[in-house]
Amino acid sequence: MAMMARTIRNSASRCTMMSRPIFGLRSMSSWWKNVEPAPKDPILGVTEAFLADPSPDKVNVGVGAYRDDNGKPVVLDCVREAERRIAGTSFMEYLPMGGSVKMVEETLKLAYGDNSEFIKDKRIAAVQSLSGTGACRLFADFQTRFNPGSQIYIPVPTWSNHHNIWRDAQVPQKTYHYYHPETKGLDFKGLMDDVKNAPEGSFFLLHACAHNPTGVDPTEEQWREISQLFKAKNHFAFFDMAYQGFASGDPARDAKSIRIFLEDGHHIGISQSYAKNMGLYGQRVGCLSVLCENEKQAVTVKSQLQQLARPMYSNPPLHGAQIVSTILGDPELKSLWLKEVKVTFPCFMCAHTFDGESYLIKHVESHVVFDNSTKELESDKQIMADRIIGMRTTLRESLEKLGSPLSWEHVTKQIGMFCYSGLTPEQVDRLTSEYHIYMTRNGRISMAGVTTGNVGYLANAIHEVTKSS
Amino acid sequence: MSSILSNVLPAPEDHVLSVIFACRDDPCPVKLNLSAGAYRTEEGKPLVLEVVRKAEQQLANDLSCDKGYLPIDGLADFNKLSAKLILGDDSHAVEENRVVTIQCLSGTGSLRVGAEFLAKHHQQRVVFVPNPTWGNHPFIFTLAGLYVEYFRYYDPQTRGLDFEGMLEDIGAAPSGAIVVLQSCAHNPTGIDPTLEQWEKIRQIVRSKGLLPFFDNAYQGFASGNLDSDAQSVRMFVADGGECFIAQSFAKNMGLYGERIGALTIVCTSQDVARKVHSQVLLVVRPMYLSPPMHGASIVTTILKNSDMYKDWTIELKGMADRIISMRQQLYEAIQARGTPGDWSHIIKQIGMFSFTGVNEKQVRWMAKEYHIYMTYDGRISIASLNSKTVPQLADAIHAAVTRLA
Repeated sequence: MAMMARTIRNSASRCTMMSRPIFGLRSMSSWWKNVEPAPKDPILGVTEAFLADPSPDKVNVGVGAYRDDNGKPVVLDCVREAERRIAGTSFMEYLPMGGSVKMVEETLKLAYGDNSEFIKDKRIAAVQSLSGTGACRLFADFQTRFNPGSQIYIPVPTWSNHHNIWRDAQVPQKTYHYYHPETKGLDFKGLMDDVKNAPEGSFFLLHACAHNPTGVDPTEEQWREISQLFKAKNHFAFFDMAYQGFASGDPARDAKSIRIFLEDGHHIGISQSYAKNMGLYGQRVGCLSVLCENEKQAVTVKSQLQQLARPMYSNPPLHGAQIVSTILGDPELKSLWLKEVKVTFPCFMCAHTFDGESYLIKHVESHVVFDNSTKELESDKQIMADRIIGMRTTLRESLEKLGSPLSWEHVTKQIGMFCYSGLTPEQVDRLTSEYHIYMTRNGRISMAGVTTGNVGYLANAIHEVTKSS
Repeated sequence: MSSILSNVLPAPEDHVLSVIFACRDDPCPVKLNLSAGAYRTEEGKPLVLEVVRKAEQQLANDLSCDKGYLPIDGLADFNKLSAKLILGDDSHAVEENRVVTIQCLSGTGSLRVGAEFLAKHHQQRVVFVPNPTWGNHPFIFTLAGLYVEYFRYYDPQTRGLDFEGMLEDIGAAPSGAIVVLQSCAHNPTGIDPTLEQWEKIRQIVRSKGLLPFFDNAYQGFASGNLDSDAQSVRMFVADGGECFIAQSFAKNMGLYGERIGALTIVCTSQDVARKVHSQVLLVVRPMYLSPPMHGASIVTTILKNSDMYKDWTIELKGMADRIISMRQQLYEAIQARGTPGDWSHIIKQIGMFSFTGVNEKQVRWMAKEYHIYMTYDGRISIASLNSKTVPQLADAIHAAVTRLA
């Protein structure tokens, strides 16, 4: 009885609430009914959809980052150890606006050199940033504020987000030639022509090493020529260095382009990221630096960079900076890091190493004509290579065993991280909606995402969507 | 080589920072820094919550944790739990899937992402903020390309809320104007509207077609109760209208440096929410691609475990209670010294800060003579006081008020 009374009372009050006139509420129209849905990022969108899928059977073969046989991304041992040391010790207080002083110090050494005179003379304005993206954005905001009317020259092609960053900072963009599709190499002549024809004092975005997405870098000699021409034209060089240590395995070697420009007297800007080379993707830790004329100017510029950071996030996140400082500040951990950074995501036909995704795709295309017998792999990459070759074989054999009417020869013929399956976009859609298998709609399968645990499921699903072809 | 940097002038120094540095450089051993908004224990030490340490340990031991990029909008579980925290477990808006929540870099980041979205998609470019407000508010909205105006808030005569002035100024705002409202524990004044006053504010905001943007940096930290502190926001959401909410876990979970917060946008329909969500991602990607994971992991660990959640509410209440008791102690100490004037605002105000009512001259004098540092507007961080330093502060205030006008 009491229960019923309470129920009636509750529903009565609910009714009262609903029928109470909502004073002054406009009709239920939205402020944003005219907002258009934004296009999905073609690569991140796949991962996002995968993450949002609650199915226990889901498989992600869209990702380019290396996975081990348990499907887990590789976490460096030096990072694990650093995390272990940090846990339970931090007071989690705000970092200064410019970030962790220790982390920034160590990071500048990596880019400018351990014994850099610029560091000694305190000529570098540097702040901790939200990885490479955050560094580029801060610089773009700085450029728009202190060099209004200036443009940024961006290579073709480049990481797609570069365009978004400078656009949102309201810096007009121009492009310069970079990749030569015919030779699958550098369009050096085109590049130099564009540098020469740009108005004096233009701003250029350069990839310091492991150009994303092509994987094609100028040679040392070419970098020297570029630097000389920049000098003649009084251009400003902004380096995006997202792969230091990761490209060749040697951080000093990967910073060569920067060192050449510094030797030649350029006052450059650098965006550095620890996302790939320390695997700290999710921690968002990096550094923006600008080389100045003297210490006073560096203090001034730093104060202005901080002014730009403050209304964006006040001060940068602590944890990632602590990991970096712990590793680079301890000689043992640092040398462990230097060892680990070598064993990463190789192209199996050449010395270039990357973190998969769009920049590996173009690079691997250059090796599509393969010959197993001429492949020469270094021993420390053999394990990863073998696993992927093993998965290719298993996938092909499984499909053949299921009685597929199609030829799957290409699965074992192609080399590297990706398999161009030949699946149509419609077939890919079916794989996702019916089997919770995620890949990019061009049918590209990241073999790194294929494991002994899911290869059978994958083969079966592919068979189902293709058997009536 | 000529520099592109030769025209760059030094940035004006941040006021709070300059006070902090002045205190830092003061050689006096009994100096007292009351300028910064960071909680201190009775022993004057920073506090890491027990439940946070527990969450940290759990995370450190969890080898299965994925270290990859978070999605652009952050950790999904974190987003769901944060929305529930501010909107309530039984929120209709959440049930109806018309709430967009995105992990952002604490309160600042949430405000900035929201502001950038509004600058792109909202037809009104003016933002009304309270006078006074947190120092960073005007910069955040201006950098996003919006225009900042002020509405009356603090009444120096009463040292309380200028409610009539507030209603008048908000009522005069153009249709569609964005109105920043601090949901509880107003910074810097410590003065919050009553629930009745919030209802009147809600009515005028809705009747004038204004867009409320809540800054929710102190939930649980003001009264000690998470739900009570969320009443202002929930009142607005309950009427079915739209609003923005910037949430921070810096203070209420002591995660200051990990930069963890959330932007919630309450829309009128699921369809609008989906489109808005997709557009917010376009704001975030060119800013920092995706948010940092550590703080989000800690918050999620705590919020989704009912025992840890309970422990958190207890520790949170402990912090709020200590602050309330410091207010009481300070008020009594000032009364005991017979300091002229009405000092009841110290116990009427709420949250981390108090607008003492002392003027800039008195502030500077206290720094010089008593080595007590506060911002020039007379704002002190009650959270930085303890039983030992209350008498010192009371002495200083008494001396300053009786000696200088």
